Amino acid sequence: MKRRDLLKQGAFFTAGVSVAALLGSQPTAQNRAYSQGKPSNATLRVVRGGGFPNGLDLHQVGVNRPAYGTSWVMYDRLLTFGSKTLPDGSQSYDYTVIEPELAESWEVAPDGMSVTFFLRKDATFHNGAPVTAKDVKWSYDRAVSVGGFPAFQMKAGALESPDQFEQVDDHTFRVKFLRKDKLTMMDMAVPIPAIINSELVKSHVTEQDPWGLAWVNANDAGGGAYKLENFVPDERVELVRFEEWKSGPLPQIQKVIELNIPEAGNRRALLERGDVDVNFDVAEKDVKEFQNMGKFTVVVTPIENCLYTIDLNTQPELGGKPNPLSEVKVRQAISFATPYEAIVATAMYGQCVPMFGATRVEPTSIEWPQPFPYSTDMEKAKALMAESGYPDGFETTLAFDLGTQEWAEPMCVLIQESLNQIGIKVTLEKVPSSNFRAVMVEKSRPMISNNFGGWLNFPDYFFFYAYHGQNATFNAGSYQNPAMDKLIDAALASAPGDPVYEESVKGFLKIAFEEAPKVVMLQPVLSVAMQPNIGGYQYWFHRQLDYRQLTKA
Amino acid sequence: MSRPILIRTIGHRILDAVPTIMGVIVITFLLARALPGDPAAYFAGPAASQEAIDQIRTHLGLDRSILEQFWIYIGDLLQGDWGNSLTTGRPVWEDLMRRLPASLELTLAGLIFAIALALPLGILAATRPGSWMDHGVRILGTAGVSLPTFFTGLLLVYVLYFKLGWAPAPLGRLSLFDSAPPSISGLYLIDSLLAGRWETFISAFRQLMLPAITLGLFALAPLARVTRASMLSVLSSDFIRTARASGLSPQMVLFGYAFRNAMLPIITTLGVVFSFLLGANVLVEKVFAWPGIGSYAVTALVASDYAPVQGFVLTMSLLYVVLNLALDVTYTVIDPRAGGEG
Repeated sequence: MKRRDLLKQGAFFTAGVSVAALLGSQPTAQNRAYSQGKPSNATLRVVRGGGFPNGLDLHQVGVNRPAYGTSWVMYDRLLTFGSKTLPDGSQSYDYTVIEPELAESWEVAPDGMSVTFFLRKDATFHNGAPVTAKDVKWSYDRAVSVGGFPAFQMKAGALESPDQFEQVDDHTFRVKFLRKDKLTMMDMAVPIPAIINSELVKSHVTEQDPWGLAWVNANDAGGGAYKLENFVPDERVELVRFEEWKSGPLPQIQKVIELNIPEAGNRRALLERGDVDVNFDVAEKDVKEFQNMGKFTVVVTPIENCLYTIDLNTQPELGGKPNPLSEVKVRQAISFATPYEAIVATAMYGQCVPMFGATRVEPTSIEWPQPFPYSTDMEKAKALMAESGYPDGFETTLAFDLGTQEWAEPMCVLIQESLNQIGIKVTLEKVPSSNFRAVMVEKSRPMISNNFGGWLNFPDYFFFYAYHGQNATFNAGSYQNPAMDKLIDAALASAPGDPVYEESVKGFLKIAFEEAPKVVMLQPVLSVAMQPNIGGYQYWFHRQLDYRQLTKA
Repeated sequence: MSRPILIRTIGHRILDAVPTIMGVIVITFLLARALPGDPAAYFAGPAASQEAIDQIRTHLGLDRSILEQFWIYIGDLLQGDWGNSLTTGRPVWEDLMRRLPASLELTLAGLIFAIALALPLGILAATRPGSWMDHGVRILGTAGVSLPTFFTGLLLVYVLYFKLGWAPAPLGRLSLFDSAPPSISGLYLIDSLLAGRWETFISAFRQLMLPAITLGLFALAPLARVTRASMLSVLSSDFIRTARASGLSPQMVLFGYAFRNAMLPIITTLGVVFSFLLGANVLVEKVFAWPGIGSYAVTALVASDYAPVQGFVLTMSLLYVVLNLALDVTYTVIDPRAGGEG
């Protein structure tokens, strides 16, 4: 059933090829590709690495990544993404397939400058109130008005002002486009534009807090597949199935208990003892051992659109002194001197996708991410250094985030040792997590580790934040190149399938290869270990579990 | 000491504490801001632009001058508003009130375990100085204090939970399917009894055992050493010789005269150990997923989250004041000479 649904959608959607063409589609209400069991009274016990949900309102300042997972099942979005099977047989969301969630169907205007959503008429919030276009309008207004990250994420899809959102009638909602942008529809399927029970929240707003952020952050104002039963920050989240959920097939799991177990060794012991069902976001070093045990279902998925890199500062001067790294030859030398294999083996325990060692010098496809044409070659590195303005080497620093110490420290130590061989004396700078963002924004460090990943899976999206001259946080080396900016802008304005897009992507990849402003090392993975009776796991771009899809036999 | 004097002493102490507390408020406020790190950049989240960071800075009020921020902070404090934690998204006061009892319960349990072990051991060692028992106590104490608590904790979890399955899973204060008793004191052991929920009591007790033992082993050494030293000096004093010479029974000499007189330094050490454990059991909290204030403060520090850091330090200093007061009062009860001149 799952397979057939998938094929059906595949045929339906690939007809359009480009994502832009998806906008015109009008799928029917019943086309979700969930691997679904009958609703049962099963309880799912979950522990996880990478932190613990610290809030429920994603529009609140400071809400962390794990909170996306809780919000994801407590709230509906208008749209969601389809599923696909990855080469290794595991499931992943499919960013090229947009599916209905709260919106039953939608219609793009003939001029392609607006979209009208038709909401499910039977959908209700957890408190029984019907979901109307008024709630949708309020939620969208909120997302673009609260500022900070939510507004920023909405802007990425050209959703910027409340004027763009219009309540047509009780169950019809229209979004006017600022421009044709391939990210607009996708951006409505990310966690930020969640549909919130506006009437309920309005009874809790205060003068300082007109959007009720504080209340929503601690309470349930949703209409998603799970209701909040208990939320103790830093301790536990308990969710129960919302039996009246209409935006998809009812989940099989009746109750979810997510517990905060800070110690990785204990999370592992709990799974091995059978006291929990799922150990999510498993540390690299534990993954291999779980796999070897053979007792658990282990799924390892490369994190889309995410790279671990060392960003090299390309500014001509740093702290008033000439900056050796502004020379292309020096940067290339560093790229050739990086001990890639050792990093993969030692820092990552082999749990990653190598992004080095490509034999071709120019990109032949727009596949992303793709390996960069560098591998460890000390002779070449020495030769490049000899040709550069710094044949005798120089002294510099390499900064990394102490919060990512587990892999970043061995990685940086390996690089330090290796660069020493080509005359570059590196001092490591350990930056506390609280300060790391600020240091990145400053762009004052010669070398800095960077693990940026973008939600919307396009190379141009990644490059816009990591290489573009607009100098976003994640262009940590402050790389400036008008030629590259032009290509990135061109790619952002076009879509896959368009020759302009292909040429632009290849163009900026080529520049990134040649100019080497970042030492690109690897693509990280997201791993989960589950008891064998747990099924339905699917990778999501937000890197959280989707409890609606999981099953427990 | 008569009651009016006692009350006057307590009043004096509280008055004495006021400047201390005010100093603490000023210093933590300044220290929090001297921390490296930009909360706005941290909380702006991934992919934030400078614009988004500035927006958040304004939102958090961090674009104002330090003095202005300080007055706002003081004003809020006077109204009982301790600010909001960005990391948990809740008022700091609520967070602390929820977490402090967890820390107190753990620390008290650890301390009770340590006292129950340290006092007899210390007395044993003091009555037989130089014997194998004395050395044994010394070794145990040294081992307890030199093994890091996270190591002891993990070892206990590994052996007693993972290998043998005797201890419950390290899931925090309650097992998976238990819910917290209605909060009266915040201490689950007491609240569950007050509510008559016997199963919750058992569950809370089982969950508490391993972390309390881990913590207790750490506190064992200073207590046992001080008990031994204090007992030794008292046992060699004149009045004990007189008591022995008068033919009093060894029990009477040991517990009736010697121990009571040896208690002052023990109580002092107890106070120090208690306040130290309360703030310093972060590692035990991490290992046992214990929702205490230590890990709360560390999480807040890592995020440069000012309000909870300030709230934590303020709570701790208030606790110290109360604790020292309680100790002083205890002294006067044990030894009428102490505080008599107050």
